[in-house]
Amino acid sequence: MEILGIPLQALLGQLLLGLVNGSFYAMLSLGLAVIFGLLNIINFSHGAMYMMGAYVAWMMMEYLGLGYWWSLAIAPIVIGAFGIVIERLLIRHVYKLDHLYGLLLTFGLALVIEGVYRDRFGASGQPYGVPDALRGATNLGFMILPNYRAWVVVASLLVCFLTWFVIERTRIGSYLRAGTENPRLVQAFGVNVPRMVMLTYGFGVALAAVAGVLAAPIIQVSPLMGSNVIIVVFAVVVIGGMGSILGSILTGLALGLVEGLTRVFYPEASATVVFVVMALVLMLRPAGLFGRES
Amino acid sequence: MGAIVHRPGRDFGFGLLALAVLGLVAPWIGLYPVFVMKALCFAMFACAFNLLLGFTGLLSFGHAAFFATAGYAAGHAIKVWGWPMEAGLGFAVLCSGLLGLAIGALAIRRQGIYFAMVTLALAQMVFFVFLQAKFTGGEDGLQGIPRGRLLGALDLADDLNLYYAVLAIFLACLALCYRIVHSPYGQVLKAIRENEPRALSLGYRVDRYKLLAFVLSASLAGLAGGCKALVVGFETLTDAAWQMSGEVVLMTLVGGVGTLFGPVIGAFAIVGLQDQLADRVGSWVQVILGLTFIVCVLGFRRGIAGEVAAWRERRRATSR
Repeated sequence: MEILGIPLQALLGQLLLGLVNGSFYAMLSLGLAVIFGLLNIINFSHGAMYMMGAYVAWMMMEYLGLGYWWSLAIAPIVIGAFGIVIERLLIRHVYKLDHLYGLLLTFGLALVIEGVYRDRFGASGQPYGVPDALRGATNLGFMILPNYRAWVVVASLLVCFLTWFVIERTRIGSYLRAGTENPRLVQAFGVNVPRMVMLTYGFGVALAAVAGVLAAPIIQVSPLMGSNVIIVVFAVVVIGGMGSILGSILTGLALGLVEGLTRVFYPEASATVVFVVMALVLMLRPAGLFGRES
Repeated sequence: MGAIVHRPGRDFGFGLLALAVLGLVAPWIGLYPVFVMKALCFAMFACAFNLLLGFTGLLSFGHAAFFATAGYAAGHAIKVWGWPMEAGLGFAVLCSGLLGLAIGALAIRRQGIYFAMVTLALAQMVFFVFLQAKFTGGEDGLQGIPRGRLLGALDLADDLNLYYAVLAIFLACLALCYRIVHSPYGQVLKAIRENEPRALSLGYRVDRYKLLAFVLSASLAGLAGGCKALVVGFETLTDAAWQMSGEVVLMTLVGGVGTLFGPVIGAFAIVGLQDQLADRVGSWVQVILGLTFIVCVLGFRRGIAGEVAAWRERRRATSR
């Protein structure tokens, strides 16, 4: 069967790949949005945290012989703890300054992290195997579905949904939302806002680490994988706006699909299509699809 | 007017004169002309960038796009089309100015942190276009750009001749920046930097002012990029990468955001640092640049020139 001269199998395959990339965009832009909401900082080192998450998985396999499922549980904790240390040591000093300093600080941090990993591991990628339980593919009749890719989409949707649920439907989440609106008032009500800010940063980068572990078997684990993805995620954030959790998730997934479709119909533009969409959105709806202009 | 009048024009004049003298004698006191030329090009680049960040309050994270566009434009015009060097540079400035118009028109639709992200993303798009386009030579870059002759007479293949030409362009660029900043137009830009809603309510068409500043900054970054391509004789994707956009931010930050000579000092400091470190520490250069960023943001936000200015201010206050 063919659609517009493209075999259906190829089209669905690229759409699935797009959905996989979209899941990573969704998780990363969600983390950025959560951090930005409370800290008012764009975390440039988010890509580096994603990369480190993948490396924690790789190192656990290489040095400790611990497999994928262990990594999926431990890497976010390790990176979250690292993020908390970074927040206490560095980031908290710039809250009172212009927001741009937060971007510059985390940019410097990203350079440092990427440089250290490049020195240690070289610029080329390290292979990381698909876990045994998710090897192979399922024949759905109309397409062959690689199990691991299906798992990535399901798992990241689950993570995104849980995040949404915690923030929008629980008591902790209500503190967080209140802190986003007016931190001084929340402090006055007896909530320890600095601790909440610290934990939020840790949680945001832990999300990036989850994305990193999920990505490890699909793309090669390399020191450059973070900076390759983070700029696209910035474009996603500009398109979606950071005001809404669901907006971040939907925009990420949709742009992954758009990228996948472009790879089928006009492969030359697949690297630039997200930026083109961003330019169009800026022309038609400058505040972003789900954004509120501040 | 009080007894002690602070005259920025006189200060700037002295500074420019000092730089000119330093520049004239630099090749005769053991400084390698190609190194100084490269640093001068980056100094122009940083001054152009500072026009936006320091004097308009806009943080562009995509200035590498203009730097590289100009390099490719100059290189292509001179090497492939056989244009004279002056026309090549003019073409480079025009190209990056037009790109600045396009990117600026999109970017000024958002403020603050979003502005930075939009410029970064659009510059990355330019990077991917250059990666795939034929005229850039892709990963190999554009090699063997001839330097030509100045006004058809002076052979620029001689390093010293080119050096003085670049020095003259640099000094003119710096004087132009001073002129822009201290013009009525520059005062409006400062008003926008300090309080955009107020500037808007006073009736200034803020968007137009910002866009013109963006185009001017992009064009001057283009002048810098075109000169740099002439100096080194090639243009590669390194100049278009996001790291380059970061480097120019760092140069300005180290030297002093919002000062006229700061970016020059910062450019020489960073280019010198890279030159010294490249052979010794390899990939740690990036780590050291990152650490410099962190240190500057946390404890050295005024930069070198800003600290000097603050120190002079304090001295003036105590001697009064």
